Amino acid sequence: MTENTATLDSFEIQTEHRSLWVDVWRQFRKHKGALVGMFVFMLITFCVFIGPFIYDVDPNAINFRERNLGPSWSHPLGTDNIGHDTLAQMLAGGRVSLAVGFLAMLISLLIGSLIGVLAGFIKSLDGPLMRLTDLFLALPILPVLLVIIMLFRDTLRTLYGPEMGIFFLIVFVIGITSWMHTARIVRGDVLGIKEREFVTAAHSIGTRKRKIIFRHILPNILSPIMVSATLGVANAIITESALSFLGLGFPPDFPTWGRLLYDGATFIQITPSRVIWPGVFIALTVLSVNYIGDGLRDALDPRLRGR
Amino acid sequence: MIHFIIRRILIAIPTLLAISFIIFAILDFAPNDPTGNLPMTVPPEVREKIRQSLGLDQPMHIRFGMWLHQFFVNEPLNALDKVFGIKIGDAEDRTRVISWATRSPVVDLIIERTPQTLWVVGLSYLFGILIAIPIGIISAYKQYSMFDQIGTFVAMVGFSVPTFFTGMVAIIIFSVQLEWFPMIYDTTLVVDSWNHFVKQVKQMIMPVTVLALYNASQLSRFMRASILDNLNLDYVRTARAKGRSENVVLLIHVLRNSLIPVVTLIALGIPTIFSGAIITEQIFRVNGLGQLLVIAIEGADIPLVQTLTFIFAVLIVAFNLVADVVYGILDPRIRYD
Repeated sequence: MTENTATLDSFEIQTEHRSLWVDVWRQFRKHKGALVGMFVFMLITFCVFIGPFIYDVDPNAINFRERNLGPSWSHPLGTDNIGHDTLAQMLAGGRVSLAVGFLAMLISLLIGSLIGVLAGFIKSLDGPLMRLTDLFLALPILPVLLVIIMLFRDTLRTLYGPEMGIFFLIVFVIGITSWMHTARIVRGDVLGIKEREFVTAAHSIGTRKRKIIFRHILPNILSPIMVSATLGVANAIITESALSFLGLGFPPDFPTWGRLLYDGATFIQITPSRVIWPGVFIALTVLSVNYIGDGLRDALDPRLRGR
Repeated sequence: MIHFIIRRILIAIPTLLAISFIIFAILDFAPNDPTGNLPMTVPPEVREKIRQSLGLDQPMHIRFGMWLHQFFVNEPLNALDKVFGIKIGDAEDRTRVISWATRSPVVDLIIERTPQTLWVVGLSYLFGILIAIPIGIISAYKQYSMFDQIGTFVAMVGFSVPTFFTGMVAIIIFSVQLEWFPMIYDTTLVVDSWNHFVKQVKQMIMPVTVLALYNASQLSRFMRASILDNLNLDYVRTARAKGRSENVVLLIHVLRNSLIPVVTLIALGIPTIFSGAIITEQIFRVNGLGQLLVIAIEGADIPLVQTLTFIFAVLIVAFNLVADVVYGILDPRIRYD
């Protein structure tokens, strides 16, 4: 009788609900850096998107009497040279920076996965698409970005207004110049997976190609795509702030963290905090996203999981 | 190997032609007018003449062909003339790629700016390598030790924090607060005495350090991973079993093998010396190639932008080839045939 209950107990432990994502989350939790990174990233996102409802100071309000102030109760992070409230600007800038990061990542992920899957799955497209990828990899990205933005900035501004025009331009150009690594990784994985038995089985029962891709191949290459998505966010945020830092990004009345840093650099001797705050937030965001990416990579790797 | 190199060069030529055409097309399709910045008082017929003198009245394919001819035939011939002091053909009639803003040949501008970039950015790359390799070795050998934990954390931070922020912080601390180093890089400084040498070193310390640390953090992560890959291999056990000391095992057997991918990565990173310089030079006001490009872009100096961007592309393609060749030489298991 006692023996019976023992086997029953162990049986129950085995039937405990364990899906792939529960396992991934378990492994992810073991990575301390990734956990802290996720916490910091969620905190920043929360502050930036919810913050303006609590701290409702207009980031573009000018007040010449209160310029270049240090931190105080009315201006927790001080003010700039024309009396903008730095905290309000940081929150507004963060929203744009994060939005650019996410949207650019989505575009690059979409293009990268599409090209990777097509190149890996359709043999006749492999050569041309990979040549195209090599061509994009050989482009000097930063100079090309600068040139495109410089040349098309004014046209888009007149078409979609000063804010949305530059926003779409930057998101778009970062997206279409950063998909190459995703495409290469995805192609490699697709090449491996399409030779596996379950794909052959799907073929043999007459599954359509499109269905094979969506049903059988895409779920299996989700992990490299997710890892490159996190790294893509970090990359896009850095690229955007680099562009803004060179003065070729967002206009001063529609600031991002990079633009705030660039504007602050001129007044570095009077108010160094105007450089520190945007920089710290860029650095913290990128660092936390990179840690999340590290943790995800470990958690999604079946060889490491469960150890 | 020779076959492989020849084949790669043959592939590189159409790639580069395509890139130069893409850059040219981007610059050409853009709604942009070099006479747009002139005062309103300049009458339209004069504007038209200016456009003609810049060769803008020609159709696009002719201008592209002219640029190709100027860049690939005339400029190399000119360089040969200068180096050997000879004249090949009609040297006077040779048209060169002329900058719209300064009206001087683009190549001369680039040659003028190259030393600063090479000194500051090249040196930082070198220091970055020198810092990264020992840190990577120790970090991997003592995996999960205190040193490794701190090392990987610092590397992660250094790799995530953009240089324009670390550079700014360095300026705030060392130039504004402590006043140790100058904020602006003085390129006119001629090193002819000890005092000037000290000055030169002082102004180079900040940019070189900031960029070196950034490069080091990327490389040390890679170095660590590469050593870790090798440490568990059979040949390491064999070396230990035959009584080699740990130093020999680590520094001769393991290091040599783990350096193979790292050396390739270093070769691949060399073009970023030049394009990465864009940001660093902007922070520390070094007037090198990166700053030249930014000025050219802001002034819509199309020939200069076209040529500089294309040179960056050539560097990327060339060092990709170098990386592949080096990899093949260092690792006898790689067969390219």
